[in-house]
Formats: sequence, structure tokens, C-alpha cells
Amino acid sequence: MPYVPHTPEDIRRMLEVIGAPDVASLFDEIPAALRPKSFALPAGKSEMDVLAHMETLANKNTCGQVSFLGAGFYDHHIPAAVDALSMRSEFYTAYTPYQPEASQGTLQAIFEYQTAVTRLTGLAYANASVYDGGSALFEAAMMAVRHTNRRKLIVCEAVSPIYRVMLASYTSNLHLTLVTIPHKNGCCDLGALQNALDADTAAVIVQNPNFFGTIADFTALFDAARAAGVVSVMSVYPVLQSVLKSPGEMGADVAVAEGQSLGLPLSFGGPYLGVMTCNKALVRQMPGRMVGRTVDGEGRTGFVLTLQAREQHIRRQKATSNICSNQALCALRALLYLCLVGQEGLTRTAGLCIERAHYAAGRLTAIDGVTLLSGSAPFGNEFALSLPVNAYQVIDKLTARGYVPGFPLGRYYPGLENALLVACTEKTTNEQIGIFAEMLRGVLA
Amino acid sequence: MNTVFKKSTAGREGVWPAEPKSSPADLLPAGLLRQTGAGLPSLSELDVVRHFTGLSKRNYGVDGNFYPLGSCTMKYNPKFAETVAALPGFTRLHPVLPQLGGAGRLCQGALEVMYETERLLCELCGMEAFTLHPMAGAHGELTGVMIIAAYHKDKGNKKTKIIVPDSAHGTNPASAAIAGFEVVNLPSKDGIVDPEELAKVLDDSVAGMMMTCPNTLGLFEKNLPKIVEMLRSVDALLYYDGANLNAIMGKMRVGDAGFDVVHLNLHKTFATPHGGGGPGSGPVGVSQRLVPYLPISRVEKLEDGQFFLNYDFPKSIGYVAPFYGNFGVVLKAYAYILRLGGAGLTRATECAVLAANYLRKRLDKTLEVPFDRVCMHEFVASACNLGECHVRALDIAKALLDRGYHAPTIYFPLIVKEALMFEPTETESLDTLDQFADDLIDIIEKSKADPAYATGAPRTLPVTRLDETRAARSMELTDDL
Repeated sequence: MPYVPHTPEDIRRMLEVIGAPDVASLFDEIPAALRPKSFALPAGKSEMDVLAHMETLANKNTCGQVSFLGAGFYDHHIPAAVDALSMRSEFYTAYTPYQPEASQGTLQAIFEYQTAVTRLTGLAYANASVYDGGSALFEAAMMAVRHTNRRKLIVCEAVSPIYRVMLASYTSNLHLTLVTIPHKNGCCDLGALQNALDADTAAVIVQNPNFFGTIADFTALFDAARAAGVVSVMSVYPVLQSVLKSPGEMGADVAVAEGQSLGLPLSFGGPYLGVMTCNKALVRQMPGRMVGRTVDGEGRTGFVLTLQAREQHIRRQKATSNICSNQALCALRALLYLCLVGQEGLTRTAGLCIERAHYAAGRLTAIDGVTLLSGSAPFGNEFALSLPVNAYQVIDKLTARGYVPGFPLGRYYPGLENALLVACTEKTTNEQIGIFAEMLRGVLA
Repeated sequence: MNTVFKKSTAGREGVWPAEPKSSPADLLPAGLLRQTGAGLPSLSELDVVRHFTGLSKRNYGVDGNFYPLGSCTMKYNPKFAETVAALPGFTRLHPVLPQLGGAGRLCQGALEVMYETERLLCELCGMEAFTLHPMAGAHGELTGVMIIAAYHKDKGNKKTKIIVPDSAHGTNPASAAIAGFEVVNLPSKDGIVDPEELAKVLDDSVAGMMMTCPNTLGLFEKNLPKIVEMLRSVDALLYYDGANLNAIMGKMRVGDAGFDVVHLNLHKTFATPHGGGGPGSGPVGVSQRLVPYLPISRVEKLEDGQFFLNYDFPKSIGYVAPFYGNFGVVLKAYAYILRLGGAGLTRATECAVLAANYLRKRLDKTLEVPFDRVCMHEFVASACNLGECHVRALDIAKALLDRGYHAPTIYFPLIVKEALMFEPTETESLDTLDQFADDLIDIIEKSKADPAYATGAPRTLPVTRLDETRAARSMELTDDL
């Protein structure tokens, strides 16, 4: 049997020590009534056969398209060394670092990851990560609920709808009120958000760039929130954080992000990385693991899991969250990515994304009947187009020709059936943008 | 080792893309841009490779070290599964593709993997349907308890409590609380759930009970049929925490035994690597009556053999993940199940239980084993008998690190004092088990003669015992604090 090393002679010797007549007798405590009624799993296969089967399945997916899909999940270049280093088995076959002396590699890497993400968001504290950007947003909201002891959450409608539906599911049993403030042509309605703040509000939740790709300065909103005792929560796109005004600079209390863009492949939705950072006032409400620096008996620097008194194995039902793991290997990949591209590389990457998106917006809006949904509002790597036809029509026609033109906003925003969300990364070429524009002109003619 | 930030040298080139022709300041208002750089390091590729190769050497992993960490099922992670998950046909797939109307045709292979994995897990566990969305074990628990809540809400039941035995993982009560329930702790008797104790806390307000079977002592819950009957009498649902599924594959099916909800830990039973603490994957299976409440979306197969995602489930708990869970992890588990097949999985369970019992017998004269009878895939010993020489479970754990072993789980479950929980798994050879037992016995002998042998361990690792109090007090969570 693959991966099971015991020979018949080994088994005989083991049974003898145990004092059991056969292996079956070790399962005598399972009553006959509980034995499987069926167990019709297929027979095992050789490694070669399974690989061949998996390659066949992989080939049933079509990945050769030129894609302008984003919607919060982006196809960036991943330096080869990210794979090479994260695939060192000392990292990927280790468990949670419960024995710190034998886990300094994982622990120091998480500490460095925490440092890197706090520098991106401009907030002082980070945890070791949670599952994904959506879980991070929910956990941030719950930090605010615990911190303020209030039960209303104000959410901008331009926050990713993919996260807002998760927020709705998670909060449904928790007696919380979710108030959604409508977007204005793909921009956050800062005035309406500010007017909604009141003495019952735990958090105001915004995203920058928002789902439509537009960018805003939330400093005034966060000032107002602070005055009202409301926690400011901001979701960001980490690649652009190398150039955009940071949550810290705007006065946010908690900043979260989907870390996929930092060295993780798209992989059809996961594994991804939920980045969480906060200021000092909120740090004891932070869920999940955190790594801290300390010293050993000889005064040497070392790293440990810390502030565990917040966690379930001690607090059980009173824990800050039920999350007991982090996405350690994904956090390692994000750290490797940030170290390999470095300050200059990430700034260039962000610059290229923004430059390509602006070039694309120019080329596409030169087509008759195509405009920017948000008019002259500033945007980064992604923008929403208003088309003269239903976006699905365009997607169908262009996809058949090898170009996935973007995401149909009507899927989440009734009334925006003609709107198409288009993303560029540093991998997008001006030539591809040109072909896309010509194809679009053709299907709209 | 210095942090990577301390190794930064201004101007050193890493893996940079081409320089943009414009600056963000040309395209965006100045007020929207950062005032100062983000402070990421400047390193050459080799700087980064050296640093992280160095860090990796300061870690124990299954490939290099026997890892008998109880409740964590640290079995060998086959290499071919990594090859599978790295196939570009999977890694390059954008998750919103199925939402583009006809573009579902672009990801048929991925949808087929999801569909087939769900069918395999259903047969393995005797459940009606599975969702792959939960991204870890605790996330599966939360999803499962949310499903229980939705079931009762739909039926108009007024249920407020979830029962959790005291031997349960700490995440069980935390998950129940996050799903809005009051948690009732149930004391065990002789290491297992006692129907008489259960009767004392069971009433119409109970929504369900979360069980781990075998439980965290490695013991089979032999009163299970009675427990199922009692819960059914008040329309309470039974939840199976799949952390210990490695003990029962082919021997018992969760659904046949009367459980309504189960979460599995693909990163334990199905050999996907733990990655230093994640990513994992915690699929949830349900019985027929709970199918309407599963998370959105669900993969379905059409008569023409095409796969598609159905988003139309009005009674669903909604979304627990942005997309379909940790697909990259699911791929590895799917490949592992295909490789072993039904007979191989059963064999894995048999040898896991055999190895645990063998190790138990090798150690039960040296360490106290509070429930010294046939165990399942793991067992719990206690270091209480070493108390008079002032050696604790923690010290034994640290001394094992010096011999190149990862320590067993210590101080869990909470109901055994000075607990040491061993789970050898089926992939470790008899030689390894023997060498480990010999080393552990030797450590205890030496510690009895001289407690400092264990209390001063570890001595051979990059650091000795670390000051955890100082870490909690000083809160240096980043290089900038």
C-alpha cells in the first residue's frame, strides 16, 4: 500500500506487543450497527495514472485567454524564487509553531510578514493572517463590535459584494444590524457614510480602491468616525499600497486586505490570504495568531506565538474568534514576494498596473458609446466601463475569441447590466489592450 | 538571525519589472498618494534565497522529523500531490470565471474535480452532500453550526444551546459561540460521553451536540447509538468533528452512525501539508435533511455531462468563502484519495490504529496512561508520575526536540493532567516507532536521575526556552515596535 511502510512481519511483531490477535480486533469497540453500510470507493491507482488523470482534468480548463478579469483577484507575475523557497519542505510540512524552539523558521517568517504588511498599511500591529480578505473583513467588523460594544455596521456598497455577502452570512445569527450605503456611480458616497454614523455604530467599512476601481481619500470620514466613537475599517489592495495613501495616513483603525496579489496564484479561489492590521487601541481585539519577539535563557533573540490568552484553547467559547490557524504558507509566500520585488519592484508594479489601466481606459472610451461609469473619478488598476449593450453579450463574444474582457457588474448591482469591470496588471501589454479595443469596437459596431 | 529588513541595502536590485513610463503622480491626484515609501527591503535575489533557506533550517517538518503530534495527523505528504496542485491548468484559473455566463465552459476540469471530490467524500462518510468551501477545520465547524442554526430557524424551533463535551477541541465551543449559540459543557466519564450526564443537560432548547469520535483521548465513543437516540428525541442534531477521521475510514461511516453534520480536515486525514499552520481545508458533509442549508454555490452535473455552479438555494446559510474554498488544497486531497482508493484508505486507518496501540504498549510502563485500553489512532499519556522528580510534560517535550523529534501535543486534552498526546500515523515505520520509544524511555530514565536533563532542554536548537511572558508584555509584533 502506498505510504504505509508496515510489512506483514512488522504487523505480526506489533500485534504481539499489543497482545491482539489481529488488526481487525483493534476495532472491536465499534458496534456492528455502526459499521459502514457501503464503502464503494474506487480502487487505488499508480502515481503515474493519477497524474495522467489530473493532467486531463487540468487540460479541460481553458487558461490560454488574454484576461482583463480582476474584481479583487489579480494575475500578477510571481518570481520563481517564491515557489522555490516556499516549497522547501521544512516550511510546508511543518505544523503550527507550538514548539517555538523547533519552529524559529516559521515564527520569524511570520514576524517578518507582520512587519511587511504593517508597513504597507501604515498601522502598527498585524496578526499572522486569516483565511482570506472576506474573513478578514468580517473579523475586523467583530473587532469593532467588541471594542465599542455597539451592534451596527455601516458598509459602503462599493465594498466588494463578494465580501458583503460573506459579511451578511456570518453576522446573520449575531444580532447585528448591517446598513449598506449606496454607491454613487461607482464611488463611495462619503457624505452619506458620514451622515449615517451614530451612537449605535460599531464600525464604518470602506474599501480603497473600491470594487469599481475608484480611489478616494477617507481622512475626513475617519475623523468623523473617531469623533463618534466609531471604528474605521478599510479594505485595501496591497500591491497599490506601495503608492496610494495608506490607511494609517488616513486615520483608519483597522486595515484588511486580500493578500492573493502578493505571490499567490489565482488557483480558482484559494488558498488565499487574509491580511489584518490595526492600531494599538484595537490590538487586544485582534483574532487569530500573532508572533512576538522575545529572548531565550541566554539572551538570544527568538520568536513565539503570543497573546494566546485571546484564543480558544484557553478561552474556549469566550475566545475573540474561532479561528485557530492562519494561512502560514500563504503568508510566507506574500513575504517572499515582497522581499523579492522589494520597495522599488512593488512601486514599479503598481505604477505599471495604473499606467496600463489608464491606457486601456483611454483606448476603450475612444469607442462610440463607451464611457467611464465613474466619469472623471480617479482610479488605479481597474475601472468600470458603461457599454451601450449588456455586458454579458460582450463577454460572450470576446471570450469566444480568446479575450475575457472583464467582469459584468450587473451580477451584483441591479441597474448596471451594461457595466463591465476591466482590470490590468503589469502582465497586460499595450498590444493586448489594442486588440481588445478593436474587438470591442467590432462587436459594438 | 537578523530580520530580512536589517539585511536591506538601498539600491540593490531584486526581481523588478520594467520601469513604467509614467509616475502614479502623473495619473492620480497628489492627495491620494503616500507621502513616504512603504519601507519594503531592497535585496538581491540571492540575499532573499540565503535568508529564507537559513530560516527553513530552523524548522522541524515531517520530511525531516518524526512528528507524533496528537490530534494533528502529521502523516507524510506525498510529493506528487504538489505536482498536481501546481499544474498551470489549475493555478491560472480565475475564480470568477463561472460567473461569466457561458464562460463556465472555461473551467470544466476544475468543476469536475470539485464534483468528484464531493462524491468521494460522501461515499467515504455516508453523507448526502458535501461543500468544499470551508477553509480550515474551525471554519468547517462554524459552517456546520450555522447549518444547524438554519435548520432550526426554518423549522420554527426555538433552540439556543449547543452541547460540547469537555474532551472536545477548544474550537468547538468557540465556533458554536460565533454562530450565536450558548455553549453547554458536558463532563465525560471514564474518558467518554456518559448518557446519564447528557440526560441532565438535554432539553428542548438544545440545537445540537458536537462530538469528536474517537474523542481526543483516542477512545471510541461506544455509547454513540444511545446518544443519537437521545438527541433525536428533542430534534437536536449531532455534529461530527472530523479531526480524528484517520481512525475510522472503512470501519465506520459518520452518516450511517447517525450524525447529521461532519467537517473533515483535508490537511490531516488526506495528507495535504500543514504549511506551518495553514492553508487547510475543512469540507462539511450533511445528511439529507440539511442539504437545503449548505453554503452557496454548489457544483452540479447536467445530463449532458457538463458541470455548472448553482447559486439558487433560498434556504442556504449564504456564503462562507469568497468562492469555492481552498481549491488548491482540495486538489491534493482528491489526488491522494484516488491514489489510495477505498482499500488504501482503510489500510491507512488500520495501520494508524496499529501504530498508536504499539507505541502505547511500548510506553505504558514508563509513562502513566490514564485510559490504558485499546485506543484508536492516538493515545494520551500523563507525565504526572514524574512529578516527584520535578519533571513535567513540557520538559519531556523539550528533551524530545533535542533528539530530533517533534514533541507530542502537550497539556491537551485538558481533562488529563500533564497530558502528552501521541499520534504516530500510519506512515511511520516500525523502526522509527521503536527508536522513538527507546529515546523517550531513555529521556525519562535520565531525567529521573537528573531532572536538569529535561528541564534544561532543549540545548541543540537555535534557541533555548523562550521568555513568553516577556513577549506578551512587550508586544513586539513587528520589527518597528
